[in-house]
Amino acid sequence: MDNSTLFALLILFLPFTAFLYQLFFGNKLGPQTHFVSLGIMAVVLALSLGFFFQLFDYHLTDPILDVSGEWFSTGAFTLELGFYIDKVTVIMLMVVSLISFLVHLYSTAYMKDDSRYSRYFSFLGLFTFSMNGIVLSNSLIMMYLFWELVGLSSYLLIGFWFEKNSAANACKKAFLTNRVGDIGMFIGMLLIFFTVGTFSINGITDAVASGAFEGNMQLLSIAGILVFMGAVGKSAQFPLHIWLPDAMEGPTPVSALIHAATMVAAGVYMTVRIFPFLTPDALQFVAVIGGITALGAAIIAITQMDIKAVLAYSTISQLGYMIMALGVGAYQAGFFHLVTHAMFKACLFLCSGSVIHAMHHSLHHLDDHHTDPQDMSNMGGLRSKMPITYTAMLISTLAISGVPFFSGFLSKDAILAGTLSYYHAHHGWTIFLPIAGFGAAMMTAFYMFRLIFKTFHGDPNKKVIHEHIHESPLAMTAPLIILSVLSLAVVFTLPYINPLDGYGWLTHAVGTGVHVAGLDMNHVNEGIHHAHYDAMNISLIVVIIGILVSSLFYFFKKINVEKLAGVMNLIGLYSLSKNKFYIDTIYNTLLYKPFMWFSKLASIIDWDIYDQKIVDAWGWITIKISVKSGEADYNWLDQKIVDGFGKFANYFGNELRATQSGVVQNYLMGGIVGLVAIILIFQQF
Amino acid sequence: MDSIILTLLIFLPVFGAVAMLPAAKMVGKENPNIFKWIAIVITGLQLVLAIVLYMGFDPTLSVSASPYTVQLDWIKHFNIQYFVGVDGLSMPMVLLTALLSFLSIGISWNITKQPLGYFALFLLLDAGMMGVFLSMDFFLFYIFWEVMLLPMYFLIGMWGGPQRHYAAIKFFLFTLFGSVLMLLGMLALYFYSDPHTFNLITLIQTASSIDATLWGMDMRYLIWFALFIGFAIKVPIFPFHTWLPLAHVEAPTAISVILAGVLLKMGTYGLLRISYPLLPGEVINFAYILAFLGVINILWGAVNAIAQIDMKKMIAYSSVSHMGYVLLGMAAVVSTNEGGAQAGLNGAVMQMFNHGTITAMLFMLVGVIYEKAHHRWIFYPDDYKDSALAGKPGFGGIGAQMPVFTAFVAFAFFAGLGLPALSGFISEALCFIGGFSVFRTLTIIGTLGILLNAIYFLRAYQHVFLGPLNEKYKDYTDMSAMDIAIVVPLAAIILFLGVYPAPLVDMIAPSLDALIQTIQSAF
Amino acid sequence: MNSLESYLVISSILFSLGIFGIVTRRNAIAILMGIELILNSANINFVAFNRFGGMQKLDGHIFTIFVIVLAAAEAAVALAIIINLFKNAGSVDVDEANTLKG
Repeated sequence: MDNSTLFALLILFLPFTAFLYQLFFGNKLGPQTHFVSLGIMAVVLALSLGFFFQLFDYHLTDPILDVSGEWFSTGAFTLELGFYIDKVTVIMLMVVSLISFLVHLYSTAYMKDDSRYSRYFSFLGLFTFSMNGIVLSNSLIMMYLFWELVGLSSYLLIGFWFEKNSAANACKKAFLTNRVGDIGMFIGMLLIFFTVGTFSINGITDAVASGAFEGNMQLLSIAGILVFMGAVGKSAQFPLHIWLPDAMEGPTPVSALIHAATMVAAGVYMTVRIFPFLTPDALQFVAVIGGITALGAAIIAITQMDIKAVLAYSTISQLGYMIMALGVGAYQAGFFHLVTHAMFKACLFLCSGSVIHAMHHSLHHLDDHHTDPQDMSNMGGLRSKMPITYTAMLISTLAISGVPFFSGFLSKDAILAGTLSYYHAHHGWTIFLPIAGFGAAMMTAFYMFRLIFKTFHGDPNKKVIHEHIHESPLAMTAPLIILSVLSLAVVFTLPYINPLDGYGWLTHAVGTGVHVAGLDMNHVNEGIHHAHYDAMNISLIVVIIGILVSSLFYFFKKINVEKLAGVMNLIGLYSLSKNKFYIDTIYNTLLYKPFMWFSKLASIIDWDIYDQKIVDAWGWITIKISVKSGEADYNWLDQKIVDGFGKFANYFGNELRATQSGVVQNYLMGGIVGLVAIILIFQQF
Repeated sequence: MDSIILTLLIFLPVFGAVAMLPAAKMVGKENPNIFKWIAIVITGLQLVLAIVLYMGFDPTLSVSASPYTVQLDWIKHFNIQYFVGVDGLSMPMVLLTALLSFLSIGISWNITKQPLGYFALFLLLDAGMMGVFLSMDFFLFYIFWEVMLLPMYFLIGMWGGPQRHYAAIKFFLFTLFGSVLMLLGMLALYFYSDPHTFNLITLIQTASSIDATLWGMDMRYLIWFALFIGFAIKVPIFPFHTWLPLAHVEAPTAISVILAGVLLKMGTYGLLRISYPLLPGEVINFAYILAFLGVINILWGAVNAIAQIDMKKMIAYSSVSHMGYVLLGMAAVVSTNEGGAQAGLNGAVMQMFNHGTITAMLFMLVGVIYEKAHHRWIFYPDDYKDSALAGKPGFGGIGAQMPVFTAFVAFAFFAGLGLPALSGFISEALCFIGGFSVFRTLTIIGTLGILLNAIYFLRAYQHVFLGPLNEKYKDYTDMSAMDIAIVVPLAAIILFLGVYPAPLVDMIAPSLDALIQTIQSAF
Repeated sequence: MNSLESYLVISSILFSLGIFGIVTRRNAIAILMGIELILNSANINFVAFNRFGGMQKLDGHIFTIFVIVLAAAEAAVALAIIINLFKNAGSVDVDEANTLKG
């Protein structure tokens, strides 16, 4: 086995050993148990770095690793498992390993006094294992396998504090919503398999390139959309986005790792991998879903008060961006944004965790168990008390808003250029996509700065709480610092330092995308290039507007937000946003309730009606027939017919008895008469 | 050894049951535990023998060529033979039966009511099950099939729950009805085949040339139909499934394990062993209906399970749903895509084995909580006798009080809903893959089962194990060492086969491939 | 009296009288007398047939002597039975001896 395969195996299975260790032996080291996990994650990180540095090697083979082995075979049907590592994989591995490591480090302080400390690290290990599995997979079936395992890890981690009903509900909701997407993915996979004969992604790409779907492109479109449904579920796209806000019930480091940076990015990653064979029709569908999600989630985020809810909807919106990017063909931009988003979103979540942690401690001090530590209306003016957190958060907010010199600007810019170019190519209704893109960008800037201003600026809303706030320990602030540094634009443009051009090591590594199902990538990339400056200008304008309006509302407090909200509500806009477009309510009324009612009905039909009445009816009929036949048998057959013979014989006997007079002479007379009669009769013959 | 191992497997439990009588006479009164010790030793021996058999088993050999086959004349005049053999189809069933019987004795360890009767009947049931899976002569098969019924009747009817009498008699009569039809089919096969025989191997050649009509219908079709109904009741296929929830709920835990783990598989085993090879033409005609029924099973079973408030009934309906996958995979045998046909049929047999282990684990775990709490309600029914509790949750937050138990339940539930890396996923996926290669639309409808199966398991898990701890249960102790010792082998197998299914696949693939060839040659 | 027929007529008259006596008389002794009449009518038949031909040498007369002896013996036995009957039933009226009535 060569080194690459060995390293890949280690990257995959070392976190799994952490999972096992913490699960079975986690109590051995007590509160020091995190060193085991940290150590393992550090090794994994080092191995990922090992792959990463190969990117800068000019003698790099492409792909870096492509091995597969038979899992099992029935003869004509074989399933294989294997690793496929190319440059995109390497970058993704880096993202996962780094953020996982940082979250592990952060959790040592955040989860410090939790009663199930070792179990937490165990589940984190299970998650890292599953996520790496998705990243390293070379086939759709293997990806599906780890896809579900990631779902399991998410279930366990969201429901970590399962004594709370809300957490228990949330983890179930997440798993089931994901399953809906998984069904689509499975069907799509089967459709492709039975045309192409393999689940391997490269195999499928090659087959499509050599015309396996010749004349049947519609089937490929449908299959592509169905496989994409898996991403819709996993990456919380409309209409399966409902689980992500609820997933905030989990500990904040979990939200950072899973629901910001990596697991939800798995959907985008998968779309990146299947991008080569998504037909233009399928890609259009992808783009529209992405656009709707990006815009809708941004609208909702404007009115949320819970700090994590804002970030959750922001994540959904940003994921929409990535999906939209891939849909319009901006392959490079989509993946670029995945990486930058992972960094600054993780940073944002960890910062919010830092704030929540501090709020918790303060409330604990005051013995207040009712105030919500996550509600921004209890915050305000934290800047002076938590400078590191503030700085990190500010940097990440600038990144997410798309301000120049920060990473988000570069990636978002590229995406927006893509949407513009798509509109230029297709015209008509596709104007929705750039509108969604720029609109969401403006709103993103708005609500993110709203978050900053409400949390860190101004006067504290609750002075009492504010007094006991203090900065978080090093284990928590160190990841914040690292991640905020990674949110700077220059990190991604190396070795160049043009802050307005995203070209650098990452875009060089990712390349411009391969497509074999009808899209001419050169054409697409040219279009993006042309639209670049327009996009950049418009995006700068919308960002400035967004930040300006946000400052007016929340920093300078020049405009009364309540009044404005009241005005907006005359046409129902505010409530619509605050109540998340009532989507959860709609699903509840139109889907969950009718379905549970139907299920109850089915049970009544099956048991009370079908079994008790119809199946048991056979028994009832049999018994009735049996009773009737018993009656007939006794009363008629036995009593009347069989006994009838007896009665008949009895009657004749009685009558004949009269001949037995006991007088001999009568007998003699009878004999003589009989004799005479016989003689007379025989005379005749 | 080779030639007697199969006979030993079948008759060792009979010997054990018989040995209990002198044991009862001699030491029964002072030491009522002697019966369970005899039972566990016998089933343990049986398990060892099964493993020895597995070690020496060569999956590529057909029954005729296998060294384990025993073929002796029994009732010569009617051409009935004592013909036992093992091939790729029966091997996993034999292992499953031996394992579950052994574990079930462990589960029944605390039976105090009339242990002699219980364990003796259990061993007879064990012998019957083994006999069914090993018989290669139809008459012998039928005998063992019937031998299973009577012990089940008593086991449910005497040691079961509150409605046990009703459940036992319903189960018995319903299944007997099917058996009678099977008898008709069997006799028809005997009389219309040339030469008259019950030998299943010979009938493979001769049965397809049966050329008679009865009441205007083709005899082969009538035989197929009679056999199908007989087996369908056992599977159980909708609409013959209603005995299952009742029997499962009322039976004692160990019997539920055996019922769901082994007895249900006999229906599909019968179809694969008898109906499929003997009447391949009929299989081809019937395949769509089989797939259709399979999808109905999947969906109807799952939808019903969602509405249940008794955990055992929920798991019973989940068994109905899981057997639907088996049917879908079995129907795929007519696929023109060779890989699809293989995937489907292999998936079906794998699902038979995997579902046996998974559902055994599920019932066993429910039994643990039932022992402690004496109820299995997720929610009390609305018409519960204690009106203060009606409609309220039965448990809540058990996860905090009994972490080990919760971990095992989570494992079992996720195995049941087909999580990858656990065996259920592979067999379900293969059944879908197989089904998809032939009946695209039906299979797509059936994939809804992936979601539905998750719904009821997670719902039950949430209401029982998550959330705040229900005060009533705050003093409960976790699983005992014995309970853990019983569940761990099952969990290990489920995990092992989920990660590395090759041993199971290699065991069954050659025989199933031969079966596919037989059927496809009738096109 | 020169023809056979006359003797046969006489014997049949005697026979009928005898039957009549048996069937109608209630007194057991009277029944016995009837039986004697029947036997004697048979005797007359035998002698007549012997005298007018149809039998060898003296066979008819020999038969007659046998019958007389048997009649005597039978009368003795019958009288013994009647004496027993009188002892048990109290009278010789045969209508009273009906304990075998069915």
